[in-house]
Amino acid sequence: MAASLPTSEQSVFLEINGVSKVFDGVVKAVDDIHLTLPKGEIFALVGSSGCGKSTLLRMLAGFETPTQGRIFLSGQDITQLTPYERPVNMMFQSYALFPHLSVWENVAFGLRRDGLKGEALRERVDAMLNLVKLSKFGRRKPHQLSGGQQQRVALARSLAKRPALLLLDEPLGALDKKLRESTQFELVNIIEQVGVTCVLVTHDQEEAMTMASRIAVMDEGRFLQVGTPDEIYEMPNSRFVADFIGNVNIFEGVIDENEPEHITVQSPECTHYVGHGVSGPTGMVVAVAVRPEKIQLAKTRPQTPYNCCEGEVVELAYFGAHTIYHLKLASGMVLKVQEANRTRDLDAGLTWGDRAYAHWDNRAMVVLTE
Amino acid sequence: MQLTPLKARLRRFFTPRTVVIGVPMLWLIALAALPLLLILQISFAHMQITSVSSLWQWANDELTLKFNFGNYLYLGDDPLYFAAYLSSLKYAALTTLYCLILGFPFAYFISRAPVHLRAVLLMLVMLPFWTSFLLRIYAWKALLADNGVINNSLIGLGVIATPIHMMHTSFSLTIGMVYAYLPFMVLPLYATLVKLDGRLLEASADLGASPFKTFWLVTVPLSKRGIIAGSMLVFIPAFGEYVIPELLGGPTTLMIARVLWDEFFSNNDWPMASAVAVVMILLILIPMAVFNRYNENTKS
Repeated sequence: MAASLPTSEQSVFLEINGVSKVFDGVVKAVDDIHLTLPKGEIFALVGSSGCGKSTLLRMLAGFETPTQGRIFLSGQDITQLTPYERPVNMMFQSYALFPHLSVWENVAFGLRRDGLKGEALRERVDAMLNLVKLSKFGRRKPHQLSGGQQQRVALARSLAKRPALLLLDEPLGALDKKLRESTQFELVNIIEQVGVTCVLVTHDQEEAMTMASRIAVMDEGRFLQVGTPDEIYEMPNSRFVADFIGNVNIFEGVIDENEPEHITVQSPECTHYVGHGVSGPTGMVVAVAVRPEKIQLAKTRPQTPYNCCEGEVVELAYFGAHTIYHLKLASGMVLKVQEANRTRDLDAGLTWGDRAYAHWDNRAMVVLTE
Repeated sequence: MQLTPLKARLRRFFTPRTVVIGVPMLWLIALAALPLLLILQISFAHMQITSVSSLWQWANDELTLKFNFGNYLYLGDDPLYFAAYLSSLKYAALTTLYCLILGFPFAYFISRAPVHLRAVLLMLVMLPFWTSFLLRIYAWKALLADNGVINNSLIGLGVIATPIHMMHTSFSLTIGMVYAYLPFMVLPLYATLVKLDGRLLEASADLGASPFKTFWLVTVPLSKRGIIAGSMLVFIPAFGEYVIPELLGGPTTLMIARVLWDEFFSNNDWPMASAVAVVMILLILIPMAVFNRYNENTKS
């Protein structure tokens, strides 16, 4: 007998099926969301504040009930379960650690509710504290810990019950930038070590990109795009997504030539030669998006009639690893260009007021119709 | 010229800070600390018809100090005092307990009400203070008396045939005390509960605690300060309460303040009355001091 292949039914671990949430009968916070996650995936919801990402997360935790739609966790309908009946745990924004309990008791809190006692309890809590490298801090109160340590206690507490689904609400929001970067990897390592399926909410696109295997960009309660970080970044499907994730220059134009292997788009600034598989009827109004780091600057005009424009350096910001230039074009548009500083001399040798040529590869841009 | 340093020193002393603290401080010294010391002194004296004996005498180049401990010893001899102290403790404790049981949900729901409603609800808690305390206690007489509002209504409705005797019992006393002191419990409880972070309650639910467990394991421990403050604000004045037992209490509800009043104004035995007062203060002060000390230690 052949081993049965996993059917699509089995590989779906979390299913969000047409979920909407309406507040006060009028405010549509979440609007008909469909999503399926396989077991073990780390999934990120990103969007600006008020986009509905937190409401969606709170419906997964059980703090809000969907107005419409159902939520299934490994086949079981959990839509109507209260938070304390769900095999779901959440790491709260700014942690919500119990201030009156020690670190050890914070981690033990959920386990005690399951009736765990004595040696079994001690073993589990100690193992969790070990996992987050806080074994020595069990007797401290939360306020006696640094922000990073508190964050790890919160993680240990939310993982202690071995939840089927882990929810992270702005997990790194309360940490400073430097600590954030190191904690991101540590957090992902721990989550992957435990193998828990995870949904995280963040307004920080970099955080989403480093931590999650897939990202959903949300706006006004809807998913604008769902994809891997590189799909979202390199192939945004709308202006909003292109603009929200990373920086972008957007040229307005119309399709001029529509050939099998390329199209050209005429915009006031330049003629765009788009070399990858897009096509559209001549005369169609489109937008061409180019990321700042995909543009090169030169003092002399490059030998190509396409993907090139001239302007004046009006702004220059040195970041160490790279420099950002703002190039004012004849049309009035300001082009953002990011140059990596590959040598210790400023590569382009440009300064305020200089004239420069910007050009980019014919595979560098994305054509957007929305 | 010599006055300048003094002037400067005075100016340095009378800063806005010392004045602001100093005025109420003087007020307290003059009207609370000094009278208390006088009471303490009188409690060691003898009653001499219309005046109290002096504790010291200066004669033949000798200073004689005479402390009379008889008043204190007599407190132990006559079981009346012990019974009155015990009864005061009992009613103060019961009042505190009932105020806590009634006041906690009250304060909890105000603190969880929409912001614009909170001010209105708090106003309602304080509304009784707009009427004189005495009037409000008298109003209870009108409600609870044998031919009072409650009995008349019940008889009128045919629920009972003869009036239920409620006035001048421990029931009427307790109701009056709880009624009068409830706001003092609600307000400090509200002040702590309103600061309680709602996400902690969500975290508790998320970790599998039922609403009851969450209340017991998170809400109550985190409102401990409010519970302590409210309980002290109720217990201390309730212990020495005179007016309510006098108006609503009965022959079986003798409380220590009544005894104190009788010693001062009926028996005219000021030293004895002072001894009763001193012991009463110690009975409250010592447990409070121990408790506060313990609390400070657990905090650090």
